[in-house]
Amino acid sequence: MMRTFWAVLVVVAAIVLFWYAAAVPMNIKTALTQAEREGAVISPEGAAARRDMSAIALSLANPAQWGDTLVQDKPRLPTPDQVAVELWQTSGAMVLKGRAFSKRSLLFHGWVTLSATLLGFGIGTVLGILLAVGIVHSRVMDMSVMPWAIVSQTIPIIALAPMIIVVLYSVGVQGIIPKAIISAYLSFFPVVVGMVKGLRSPDSMQLDLLRTYNASTSQGFWKLRLPSSLPYLFASLKVAIAASLVGAIVGELPTGAVSGLGARLLAGSYYGQTIQIWSALFAAAILAALLVGILGMIERLLLRRMGVVA
Amino acid sequence: MMELVLALLIWAAGWGLNAWLARSAVSETRAVQFLVPFIFGATLVLVWEMVVRGLNVPMVILPAPSVIAMRFASSLPILWVDFVQTFLKGALGGYVIGCAAAFLVAILVDRYDFLRRGLLPVGNFVAALPIVGTAPILVMWFGFDWQSKAAVVVVMVFFPMLVNTVAGLREASAMQRDLMQTYAASYGQAFFKLRLPAAMPFIFNGLKISTTLALIGAIVAEFFGSPTLGMGFRISTSVGQLALDMVWAEIVVAALAGSAFYGVVALVEKAVTFWHPSQRA
Repeated sequence: MMRTFWAVLVVVAAIVLFWYAAAVPMNIKTALTQAEREGAVISPEGAAARRDMSAIALSLANPAQWGDTLVQDKPRLPTPDQVAVELWQTSGAMVLKGRAFSKRSLLFHGWVTLSATLLGFGIGTVLGILLAVGIVHSRVMDMSVMPWAIVSQTIPIIALAPMIIVVLYSVGVQGIIPKAIISAYLSFFPVVVGMVKGLRSPDSMQLDLLRTYNASTSQGFWKLRLPSSLPYLFASLKVAIAASLVGAIVGELPTGAVSGLGARLLAGSYYGQTIQIWSALFAAAILAALLVGILGMIERLLLRRMGVVA
Repeated sequence: MMELVLALLIWAAGWGLNAWLARSAVSETRAVQFLVPFIFGATLVLVWEMVVRGLNVPMVILPAPSVIAMRFASSLPILWVDFVQTFLKGALGGYVIGCAAAFLVAILVDRYDFLRRGLLPVGNFVAALPIVGTAPILVMWFGFDWQSKAAVVVVMVFFPMLVNTVAGLREASAMQRDLMQTYAASYGQAFFKLRLPAAMPFIFNGLKISTTLALIGAIVAEFFGSPTLGMGFRISTSVGQLALDMVWAEIVVAALAGSAFYGVVALVEKAVTFWHPSQRA
């Protein structure tokens, strides 16, 4: 356990170091132009002479400007501390000021995206479980729907997202619902496939045992199939919630939405606010990690209550 | 009104036919297993067509399948150009680079226990994140053309592929490794004759997951800026012009490309891992 912890720590530290090292050549050209304008001596002189030089050669020739590369307003690659400061200023610092949900707060944008994600995830999961139950109990449904559910995993259904947003907008539905629909259909298919697999996981020995007890279909469902499907269900729920989040973020792109993490990404890329893009990206990553983590915790608690040693 | 009644009739007929087929004695044959989902799909498309006609649904909400098919047939050149830009250049280019890089890193990670301890949890963590979000950054770095889309795809497929390959390379059992040792096999011999073949089912699992991710990455990245061609570009501009038949035609292309891509990888898998229990059933 300790060894793993140290190894992870070293790898993360190496990534952060590499990130800082990469920020120098990535940002060196603007830093040099700026420094030359302020009268510093740069080799070689003149932006035209530097245009075709490689960024690494420029960095090695001008070690005095390295400091400038790490503190720019609109860097090509912001440093980890710039991103961390931005994250803090748009979340924790705003809470301290009592404006946790102002328009500039990432908490506000995160909540907009999270609410659509959760609503869609809920709808998709419920419908997915219902369809899976139908598939397991009806041979016609199994044969006609299941192949399509499997094929749907291999096609980029997210391409439907912009159309759904615009079509629903034209019939007057906007806000959280269109995004939730995208999240719902992205989480729907993984849940169907995983749940069908789970409901079918009891082996013939266990099914035979229930038959010797003269158990009805519904008893078999509640007492055997459903409990034994839970590990499969949770595995696909984790995939589904990550997909839901991506769906909600992508759903915010096409209409130029003003709120939500996707809107922050889009606005940042329009105005070249790289620090804003990176902080939105990290906010999305933290959100995804939290959601998957919470699901994992529920899974562990539930399985322990059921007596599964995991 | 006529069309709506017809839609109901078609639905009932299709479902009834499937129910009969599923209960009949031939339901286990391959042909029927293929026929039933086909009938279901065809029924859905016909019902869609009838409902759209019967209710006079405007084209800006839902075009009829026949309209989509006509648009598809009449704009084949555009669709082909978009397909080349997004799939062959963006998705496939990034897929090859990303999977190859992940494979090489996986061999390194597998060789050094420290890296495996440290990098694998990080890789697992990153594989669950919404990586498409890096698209605006990579578009800024690599420009609007396909290179930035390929870069997004590289980032998206790298970690799932890495995690799967590392898991696969540990698949050979201790007994099998010991046998190699008693043969005095070198690292390279043991790698190519035992561990790589044993890892193949896992590697192909990673490759199959990555096919879908590659298309998603290439399409979504185009929403953040692209030259005036590409599937994602066409989808977002056609949506803006309310030319939904074009959007649907692109979606058909995306669906065909996605399932064909997956199918090809699955076929190669079948040829390479013919010895694996899951392929012999």
